[in-house]
Amino acid sequence: MTVLSTTKDPDTLTMTVVTQFEASPDQVWGVWEDPRKLERWWGPPTYPATFTRHDFVVGGQSRYHMTGPAGETPRGWWRIDSLDYPHAIQFANGLAGDDGEPVPGVEPMAGEVIFADLDGGTQMTVVTRFTDLEQMEKMLAMGMQEGMVGALSQIDALLAPVAA
Amino acid sequence: MVVGYLSEDETDRIFQALAAATRRDILARAISEEQSVSALARRYQMSFAAVQKHVAVLERAGLVSKQPRGREQLVAARLETLRKAMSLFEQYEQLWHGRAMRIADILADDEGSRQ
Repeated sequence: MTVLSTTKDPDTLTMTVVTQFEASPDQVWGVWEDPRKLERWWGPPTYPATFTRHDFVVGGQSRYHMTGPAGETPRGWWRIDSLDYPHAIQFANGLAGDDGEPVPGVEPMAGEVIFADLDGGTQMTVVTRFTDLEQMEKMLAMGMQEGMVGALSQIDALLAPVAA
Repeated sequence: MVVGYLSEDETDRIFQALAAATRRDILARAISEEQSVSALARRYQMSFAAVQKHVAVLERAGLVSKQPRGREQLVAARLETLRKAMSLFEQYEQLWHGRAMRIADILADDEGSRQ
C-alpha cells in the first residue's frame, strides 16, 4: 500500500495523508525538488502540470500551469517557506491569474511534507491546511479529473497480476 | 463538477463561524445531540448572551438551526453544510492517492535507471 491513512478535520480544514515508498528519503525528496519529476506526478494524466519556474530554496517561488483536456491552462504558484533536507518541506500553493502571477487577495493553501526514514523506505506525510471551502473548490478545479483517474488506476492495480 | 457547492457569501459565513474554538465546540456538541442554549452557557462559563451570540454566528453560516422547545432554544447541527466540506476533502484525498501512485512509479523508474 502506498497510501497508509488519510485524516480529515473539518473544524480546522486540515487534511493529513500518510504515504510510504520503497525508496530513501533523499530519493523521495527528489520528486519535490526536481521540477521535471514534480511535473510527472503533481497533476493527473489528463491534467499534466508544467513547472516553468521552480526555485527550490527557502523563499523561492514556483510558477506552473496544468493543461486540461480542452487545452485550458489553469495556473498556480508555490512559495517555499522552509526546507530541512531530507526531513521536511513547508510551502504555500495558490492560484495564479492568466499572467501566471499570484491572484491578489486569494489566500494560498499551506502544505507541510514530512519525510521519515523507515529502514530503507520512507514514510511521507503531507499536511494540507485550507483557508475555506471556496479555496478548496477553486484549487480542485485546476485538476478535477483526478477522482476519476485515481479510481481507474486503482481498478487497474486490482486487475493487474500481483508483482513480486 | 465541484464548482457550485456553495456561494462565496456562504463560504465566508461558514468560516467566520468556525474561526472561534468555542463555536467549533458548540458545533461538535450539536452534531452528537441537540443542545439548549442555557446548557451550553453553563458549559463554557460565559454569559447566556455571549453563547447566544456564538450560536447566532453558527446559525448565519448555515451550520446550525435553532428551534424553540418550551422556554428553551434547542441548537441542532445542519449536516448538509458539513457534508459539503467532507465531499471536498474526499476529492483531495483522491488527488493525493493518485499523486502517491505516480510518485511510486517515478521512484521505481529511478531505481531501474540506476541498475
